[in-house]
Amino acid sequence: MLEKALQGGKRYWTLIFILLGLAGAGFFTYLYQLKEGLGITGMSRDVSWGFYVSQFTFLVGVAASAVMLVIPYYLHNYKKFSKIVILGEFLAVSAVTMCLLFIFVDMGQPMRIFNVILHPTPNSILFWDAIVLNGYLLLNIIIGWNTLQADLKEVPPPKWVKPLIYLSIPWAVSIHTVTAFIYAGLPGRDFWLTAIMAARFLASAFAGGPALLIILAMIIRKYTKFDPGREPIQAVAKIVTYAMVANFFFILLELFTALYSNIPGHILPFKYLFFGIDGHMKLVPLMWLSIFLAIFAIALLVWPPTRRNETTLLFACIIAFISLWIDKGFGLVIGGFVPNPFERVFEYWPTLPELIITIGVYAVGFLVLTVLYKVAISVREQQLS
Amino acid sequence: MSVNRREFLKYAGLTCIGIGVGGAQLFVTRAKAFSGYTPTNYGLKAKRWAMVIDLRKFEHEEDYKKVIEACHSIHNVPDFGNPKDEIKWIWTEDFEHSFPYQMNHYVPKEVEEKPVLLLCNHCEHAPCTRVCPTKATFKRPDGITAQDYHRCIGCRFCMAACPYGARSFNWRDPRPYIKHINPEFPTRMPGVVEKCNFCVERIETGKKPACVEASEGKMLFGDLADPESEIRRYLDEHFSIRRKPHLGTQPAVFYIIGGE
Repeated sequence: MLEKALQGGKRYWTLIFILLGLAGAGFFTYLYQLKEGLGITGMSRDVSWGFYVSQFTFLVGVAASAVMLVIPYYLHNYKKFSKIVILGEFLAVSAVTMCLLFIFVDMGQPMRIFNVILHPTPNSILFWDAIVLNGYLLLNIIIGWNTLQADLKEVPPPKWVKPLIYLSIPWAVSIHTVTAFIYAGLPGRDFWLTAIMAARFLASAFAGGPALLIILAMIIRKYTKFDPGREPIQAVAKIVTYAMVANFFFILLELFTALYSNIPGHILPFKYLFFGIDGHMKLVPLMWLSIFLAIFAIALLVWPPTRRNETTLLFACIIAFISLWIDKGFGLVIGGFVPNPFERVFEYWPTLPELIITIGVYAVGFLVLTVLYKVAISVREQQLS
Repeated sequence: MSVNRREFLKYAGLTCIGIGVGGAQLFVTRAKAFSGYTPTNYGLKAKRWAMVIDLRKFEHEEDYKKVIEACHSIHNVPDFGNPKDEIKWIWTEDFEHSFPYQMNHYVPKEVEEKPVLLLCNHCEHAPCTRVCPTKATFKRPDGITAQDYHRCIGCRFCMAACPYGARSFNWRDPRPYIKHINPEFPTRMPGVVEKCNFCVERIETGKKPACVEASEGKMLFGDLADPESEIRRYLDEHFSIRRKPHLGTQPAVFYIIGGE
């Protein structure tokens, strides 16, 4: 089945080579980082996690969102998702690949990565995160590949895949819960020390991932013979709507607890993110942009005519995705470090090499996605003919 | 010479067994070599090492400098000269930012303006050791929170977990930035985390931590678990505070800031 990835038109190969080029640029910049140390990034003694860990956190959500297609199709027998579940599963494969790469490029001593296995430490959340992420990657590769192969041969998927599919549902929840626990269990980081972190992570994941799926489905419809269909897209749009509203509600809950309790440690990170502290306000414009885009997206999604219109729906999904990316792929991690444990403000901003490496990792992820989607779409096109 | 399938499998099998036996032997000899170490009998012993810093006795800038210099010079702590890459094991911070939860607007001026010496608290319930995915940072039976620079993968989870900002990361190669390398103590490579180690290497040889020695009585070091120890008697007689006690970490560094 993989041979289908080798039979593509000019546009396909152009995309592949652009992604390869970006990945190559990222790789060579990574070699530079390997030589010079992580000092080439914007991270510091005070903000000791930056862009890499933020992207990791955000992409775990994108990966977990596959479950939003799996549950309706496999648990509720919602047949209209039958053709697009594979898009969710392969998106998960690509997203988890990026997650693992982001963790890797963030490590100070990557050659020692197997120390995590050599000295297994169950009291560390990172240990569990390594297990659930690798497990989820494997599950989605096996499930996606086997169901697609069965589709190609026009037979039902092998029986042993079913239990794996059911397992993948709680597993998807686990990857984002465990990732939230990385943050939510740390004393002294008041911004992260909140019981709603895992729930908020899941809500934003179930909004951001499916929003990306709608964008991808529309790209696929435009450039290939496979049409994911209007009805499945509308069903996913409703999922995005509910999750967007839930996520926004959770943010308001965070604000209430911080502001009404009036505890300085809980207020200061929000103050830094949205108003700046003592003139330090690098993130302020971005955070407000995130809020406005979220409100705008929710308005477009909740009002039925703009949700049903595919042009406005696409626009809503794009701005929702950007809003969630700013919130979780940037603000969430940095807000935990600013102000620092001494309540002093030391800001963070990514450097150029850091951005190139980040883009490189994204390119690898999209390369995986392109190849897998090419295979899936070829199978679907074959079914049509 | 041609080798048929049967012979190939035979030789391959023998080779595997050979490698296995050799490897096992190597492992046994190495394990023996490691267990061959015996602790010195002149090292200092305690159930729970702890420190008292009597800030009343620190009067001049020089008093702090001596202490910091004593630590940083013997531990090969580099000086990058910028706050972004900074590595520090013991340093000063003003009262307000050292004790952000204990600040009020009516603190005596001499306390408010007096620098506070900060270092790793060697917490009883250390969040850093809880989160480390490789046990590169761990609690010793004597209460010291130790760091293995050779096992650390540089994930910096411990830095996110530490509520006291006690940990530093080697963002760049530290060696060119060490003024005089002390050959008695390892230098670090880029990409690992480090912090105050309560001078384990000195305790093993019967000496108190370098900062305590350099402070000339302004800092005390001893066994918190022993009611008869010098620091326990000192804590009985003087009111002390610790940083962020509400987090339940049980820091082992006590501060005396006022009173007679």
